[in-house]
Amino acid sequence: MYKIIVLVKQVPDTRNVGKDAMKADGTVNRAALPAIFNPEDLNALELALEVKDKYPDTHITLLTMGPVRAAEILREGLYRGADAGVLLTDKAFAGSDTLATSYALSRAVRKIGEFDLIFAGRQAIDGDTAQVGPQVADKLGIPQITYAEDVISLKDKTVQIKRRLERGFEVVEGQLPLLITAHSTAPDCRPRNAKRLMKYKRATTLSERHNVSDDYLSANQKPYLSITEWCAKDVDSDLAQLGLGGSPTKVRQVENIVFQAKESKVLTTDDGDIEWLMQELITNHTIG
Amino acid sequence: MNNVCVYCEIEEGKIQDVSYELLTKGRSLANQLNVKLEALIIGDSLAGMGKEVSKYGVDIVYLADDKRLYPFTTLPHTAIAVGLFKETQPQIVLMGATSIGRDLGPRISSSLTSGLTADCTDLQIGEYEDKKAGKKYENLLYQIRPAFGGNIVATIVNPDNRPQMATVREGVMKKEILTESHKAEVVNIDVNKYLNDADFAVKIIERQIEQSKVNLKGSSIIIAGGYGVGSKENFNLLYDLAHAIGAEVGASRAAVDAGFADKERQIGQTGITVRPKLYIACGISGQIQHIAGMQESAMVISINNDPNAPINKLADYVIQGNLENIIPKMIKYYRKNIIAPCPLRGGPRG
Repeated sequence: MYKIIVLVKQVPDTRNVGKDAMKADGTVNRAALPAIFNPEDLNALELALEVKDKYPDTHITLLTMGPVRAAEILREGLYRGADAGVLLTDKAFAGSDTLATSYALSRAVRKIGEFDLIFAGRQAIDGDTAQVGPQVADKLGIPQITYAEDVISLKDKTVQIKRRLERGFEVVEGQLPLLITAHSTAPDCRPRNAKRLMKYKRATTLSERHNVSDDYLSANQKPYLSITEWCAKDVDSDLAQLGLGGSPTKVRQVENIVFQAKESKVLTTDDGDIEWLMQELITNHTIG
Repeated sequence: MNNVCVYCEIEEGKIQDVSYELLTKGRSLANQLNVKLEALIIGDSLAGMGKEVSKYGVDIVYLADDKRLYPFTTLPHTAIAVGLFKETQPQIVLMGATSIGRDLGPRISSSLTSGLTADCTDLQIGEYEDKKAGKKYENLLYQIRPAFGGNIVATIVNPDNRPQMATVREGVMKKEILTESHKAEVVNIDVNKYLNDADFAVKIIERQIEQSKVNLKGSSIIIAGGYGVGSKENFNLLYDLAHAIGAEVGASRAAVDAGFADKERQIGQTGITVRPKLYIACGISGQIQHIAGMQESAMVISINNDPNAPINKLADYVIQGNLENIIPKMIKYYRKNIIAPCPLRGGPRG
């Protein structure tokens, strides 16, 4: 059996940005964007689930850092086949850049304990940095294999991975423990399992249970309905390395870009307009 | 000490264009800061590489030459870069936002506890005031990048930690030889000082690098399609026009994500940056992250149903209407008016 941790993130759906996504002052209106399971983290979960298909004793723990609401994706992962979820949530994490995030996650991984493999999405769609995976690996002192699209083989302590590169691919072999980031070309994640949905739909974190007393009772009776929730102190982290203060990068300025508008000539689809344009492009040697 | 250093990437014995582009940018940053430009080259059989990069204005070239160092694997390259940077203390480190740079950069930044900004579209030198701490900083690297799916542009700084690290995609910066005669001091690194056996934990079993079939950067006319093209089938209209007028077909991220076009055709912050003579944007709304990759086009034509598409503001010509109507007419009137058509390039039909 393998012990696997999957790093996941709840992200605003930046791919479907509506008109009210930006506030008048130029900042992002997060509330206007739906929160989703970061797409490549789902690929990462699938790679982990495929290991579990092959070695059913495998135990998969999902780990996320975020607001209380991020427990939604932990439940989503439980519905799809993960065994446990951990939510890392604390005001002290606010404003973390990738390095401070990686530090916090690495502390939580240490607290989870022994592991053979960590899977993570290559990058999250809200930042597209692809930095957290490798930085967590560095903090844990383990090797990384980035851009995985397939786990070719896993036997004992040896894993072979097919990596997707910009132009081409590589097959690499490494020894566990290591961290693998999943590329979007890895298999899509399987859908929710109906039985698991019934089983875990009332799984909650402590913060979520605060106001709902019968959920509190059911979590007491059925431990699997309790999603682990940790704060900065729980994972024995150095406060100086967390949040805004622990982030080497600072945002100096955020702005809506104002393009230097050109004076455009507006044409219609009429034959006359199109022919005029093509003649113009040919005459000034832009084409032809 | 406190110089600007560029990590140079090697593929099949050649330094990659993105590295030359960064050396060119690095030279201008080094001039502004009045420091030296350094290049770090890690690989196998590097003889002559020093001369190759020095033309771009490099003052010091560090060569880490060992047969175990090519092809790239994460840990040995990290160990050498981290070991060297601890000694040389560069204030700025630049690398390509490539498969390699995006794997290596975060590892180095974590190891050195330095800030790293991915996919910058511009780099400048400027000052920064931390009002809370009441501190002023001069000559910081402004790492400028679209954020949040390209809806905003952020300027990131690393006030206290060094080096200030940034990755930049291929094509974003211009590659320019400083002078053919520029000479660099070459320093051969004793790699065994930094490496140990555990660094070779991940082994490459098989490797296939394909030559790109798409040459967006080298194309003087680009026809790019966005989500508004509607389908993969409709992209054939673009290939038809490209075939007729001798152009290459590009795509926005939304079109690539929707499966209308291959990833290697993606133009924008997370794709490739282009500067063609003519850019024909078809069904592209014009998110910042896309504009970042095409705003230096000499002439822009936007074909769009939506008269308020942001990209129209950048366009010299805006054609309002459906691609299905417009593109066949463009082909027809091109053929009618051109004396000798030369259909050389194109996409799947080409």
